[in-house]
Amino acid sequence: MACDDYKDLLMSYLDDELSAEQRRQFEEHLAGCPDCAGELEEFKKLKAITDEVALVEPEDRIWQDYWSNIYNRIERGIGWIMFSVAAVALAIYCGFRAIEELIRDTGVEVALKVGLLALIAGLAILFVSVMRERLYFWKRDRYKDVKR
Amino acid sequence: MQRCRGGSREAFEVFVNRYMKDAYFIALGLVGNREDALDLSQEAFVRAYRNIKQVKPGRKFFPWFYQILKNLCISHLRKRRYRRASSLDAEDCPEVAASADVFSPDVVADRNEVKGKVWEAIGKLDEKHREVIILRHFRAMSYDQIAEALFCNKGTVTSRLYYARKRLQELLETGKGGGTSGLR
Repeated sequence: MACDDYKDLLMSYLDDELSAEQRRQFEEHLAGCPDCAGELEEFKKLKAITDEVALVEPEDRIWQDYWSNIYNRIERGIGWIMFSVAAVALAIYCGFRAIEELIRDTGVEVALKVGLLALIAGLAILFVSVMRERLYFWKRDRYKDVKR
Repeated sequence: MQRCRGGSREAFEVFVNRYMKDAYFIALGLVGNREDALDLSQEAFVRAYRNIKQVKPGRKFFPWFYQILKNLCISHLRKRRYRRASSLDAEDCPEVAASADVFSPDVVADRNEVKGKVWEAIGKLDEKHREVIILRHFRAMSYDQIAEALFCNKGTVTSRLYYARKRLQELLETGKGGGTSGLR
């Protein structure tokens, strides 16, 4: 094996990931290769430094509340979906009823009818546009297709 | 897992309790900020719950969950970079520059100058090298576990660790002839 091949074993040796046989072969190589032995020493120094670094453990309260925060997010997500669907259905129903009433009402001026209808049509176009945009981004959501 | 796939929140809670620390510390390693790490790790669990049926029977939860968490963290980092780039020139605006520099040493336990510099150097690694360092050093995962989480083979893990550590040596100047002088 060439020196470069042993370099692949360097990390595994450093992290104690080699089998006994691989370890023996690698140590044999190290004994006759000052370059690899030197590189290993440098990596050992680095590992000793990195191994000393530990991250601050959050307060116990964070772990105690962890699940309840997730549970609340899940529950609220379901609540928002139901609320949104119901609100859209009600808005559409009320909109149609209002338009119907407006058209039938002979006491309302034509200009006012046209203005109100244009306002409602504008709102409907905006709503459809926003929904289409959301659908476009949802289709490209990287997380929804995570399948393993 | 079967019960989770059926929508059982109690069964999902077991997974959350088992992996919450891994999720938090991995997110912290990837984004470098405690508040964001907590929020992103919890959001990853919420998304995992909503998409749990996508885990094929017989597959492990954690490697699948890790992909969601990593994607969320990377997406968060991109947004942060975009915000930084689109804000006023950071050099002319010290408050913006300070808030963008989130790999702050204050998340390091028993902190001293050396540990602070190591953490900052880890923050300067690119994402694929940083994640192997985080999984190996901060979650003590074996090469097999890392390979499983990253959906790659052990050779790729070894190679990424090699280049990540080489880069750390450069950043900390602990390579040939450097000793630990760069950390003093």
